[in-house]
Amino acid sequence: MILLDHLCRDYLVGGQTLRALADVSETIEAGEHVAIMGPSGSGKSTLLNLLGCLDRPTNGRYVLDGQEVSGLSTHELSMVRRHKIGFVFQSYHLISRLTATGNVELPMVFAGIPRSERLKRVAETLDWVGLSARAHHRPDQLSGGERQRVAIARSISMKPRLLLADEPTGNLDSAAGAQILEILETMNRDGLTVITVTHDPGVGQRAQRVLVLADGEVVRRVPGREIVEAYADFNREQQASAGSSS
Amino acid sequence: MMILDCLRMAGTALVRQRLRTGLSLLGVAIGVMSVIVLTSLGEGARRYVTGQFASLGTNLLVVIPGKNETTGGLPGMGGAPEDLTLQDAEAIVRRIPGANAVAPMSMATDLVSYGERGRQVPVIGTTSDFMIARHLRMAEGSFLPDVDNDRGAPIAVVGKKLAKELFRGERPVGKVVRVGDWRIRVIGVMDSRGVSVGLDMDDCVLVPVATGMRMFNRSSLFRILVDVKVRADQDETKNQVIRLLADRHQEEDVTVLTQDAVVSSFSSILNVLTMALAGIGGISLAVAGVGIMNVMLVSVSERTFEVGLMKAVGAKEHQILGVFLLEASLLSSLGGGIGLGLGLLSVEILGKVFPKFPAASPLWAIGLSIGVSVTVGVVFGLIPAHRASRLDPVVALARSK
Ligand SMILES: Nc1ncnc2c1ncn2[C@@H]1O[C@H](COP(=O)(O)OP(=O)(O)OP(=O)(O)O)[C@@H](O)[C@H]1O
Ligand SMILES: [Mg+2]
Repeated sequence: MILLDHLCRDYLVGGQTLRALADVSETIEAGEHVAIMGPSGSGKSTLLNLLGCLDRPTNGRYVLDGQEVSGLSTHELSMVRRHKIGFVFQSYHLISRLTATGNVELPMVFAGIPRSERLKRVAETLDWVGLSARAHHRPDQLSGGERQRVAIARSISMKPRLLLADEPTGNLDSAAGAQILEILETMNRDGLTVITVTHDPGVGQRAQRVLVLADGEVVRRVPGREIVEAYADFNREQQASAGSSS
Repeated sequence: MMILDCLRMAGTALVRQRLRTGLSLLGVAIGVMSVIVLTSLGEGARRYVTGQFASLGTNLLVVIPGKNETTGGLPGMGGAPEDLTLQDAEAIVRRIPGANAVAPMSMATDLVSYGERGRQVPVIGTTSDFMIARHLRMAEGSFLPDVDNDRGAPIAVVGKKLAKELFRGERPVGKVVRVGDWRIRVIGVMDSRGVSVGLDMDDCVLVPVATGMRMFNRSSLFRILVDVKVRADQDETKNQVIRLLADRHQEEDVTVLTQDAVVSSFSSILNVLTMALAGIGGISLAVAGVGIMNVMLVSVSERTFEVGLMKAVGAKEHQILGVFLLEASLLSSLGGGIGLGLGLLSVEILGKVFPKFPAASPLWAIGLSIGVSVTVGVVFGLIPAHRASRLDPVVALARSK
């Protein structure tokens, strides 16, 4: 599904090159659930943006579904996003003036799907995330968990193959968070490839595999069920090296 | 993506920003309204002036000495003069059956005085037919008598305004005034007529044509007015007059203007005025366009995150361009519609308040202002929409609301 080959992303900040992502080589199979963890600034979002074709790598190759996407034009990238990728963000990113229906409908509007078909699919997906009763509510009339469920409904409305979630439970309490994870897992079981960025080992635990990033490099690859201990170790090491270097 | 979806998106965005939307609508509305009102004033002026001409009688032919190649141009300048005579006027009377009235004119400006009071005014030598040709009415006394053209009696008819000035409270009829070296008796005062075709009939003196020619020491006429019996025969009669005079002079050396030609030349001058006024209105429309651009720029920067999201879910650049462009043109065309309504209403009210002034916005101005207001939205929406469409999705999304 995903092949990353020596992927790099440099930022130019004040004339200096800042290496946000250094030489990431990774394979992710279709239908996998992978979590990405690491301290703040380690490059998690940078990696996710590259995976989501929102950004282009400075160096290296990215093959998605057998298609080399690193060299695609802006136009082609938006077509890849439209048909293959769904996004879920920490702060939902719903458009406040549109209702739940309007938000879920949005990707299909740009894809030119006829309105009757759109409304049918909106009803299905909202029903699937358990929000049929909220279809005509605007985001400010919904709870955080409900907002995130609308965002999930939006992310799958175009039936993507890959779902990217950046801290999907970061703004939610544990009950609402659990519900979101439940939904992500169900979708994953139905065959969707899910990649989740998280700070929370409890979330990482639910993935099959966890990639731990530090300073733009993948420093550990851990099975989900071992991540709680492994991440505790990793954090201790980090603190020790920070302590010794200062 | 369909136009209807685009409209819905733009519509919700505009409704969301009521105050801002309202203000930009107002800007465009004022622009369009000023185009409508200003052009209707210009058009009103045109109609008023051509109406004035028409009240002179549109059956009028004006014979001018000298061949003037430019049709519709105003006469009297250049050309070979000294060729229009009283005998020509008499020939027209005899030989042109379509002529209802034939009034020879000689003209000069001279000092007209009564006692201490006096002033330079136009003095016109003419005949009794002048009254018919120029649709004059008498306030008191009588007009020039219908006598042989070569009888130069020392009598005069004066305009109402001049009469009032010279005689103050006294009765003008029967008084003797001085015109140049001549002493002339006033036999009548014309009723108020107003300025028409550059000659203020209220402020002039009419004398018999022979008197005038002797006074000014001239043997040729300034022009001959021919009132045509039937309007439909105007062109026919005009050609007959030209042929007759060409025969008499052995060459075609006169110009005959129809009233229509004069009216249309004035009308086209006033059309230019109307267009100039439209241009002034257009400036305020352009200002409104800049306002729209401003609003759209603010709107784009406020909705940066929204643009990022649109891109993330697969919107193409041209689609985002379309959404914002449509929003801008929706603003401007809606404003244009409101302005059109208000403009037409104001013209209506103007018509009620000044019923004599035929204000009416010409169709081209209405079409133009609508066209321009839609275009304004597109043109001034282009920069903000382009800016939105080119936003980097990562950067845009990072700017969370
Ligand atoms: N647009 C940018 N311009 C310059 N530097 C950037 C930009 N985006 C990210 N960076 C830098 O790249 C590095 C990685 O950033 P990234 O956002 O991927 O971190 P992260 O792992 O997602 O952190 P967090 O957990 O805080 O979200 C950071 O040092 C950051 O400062
Ligand atoms: Mg991040």
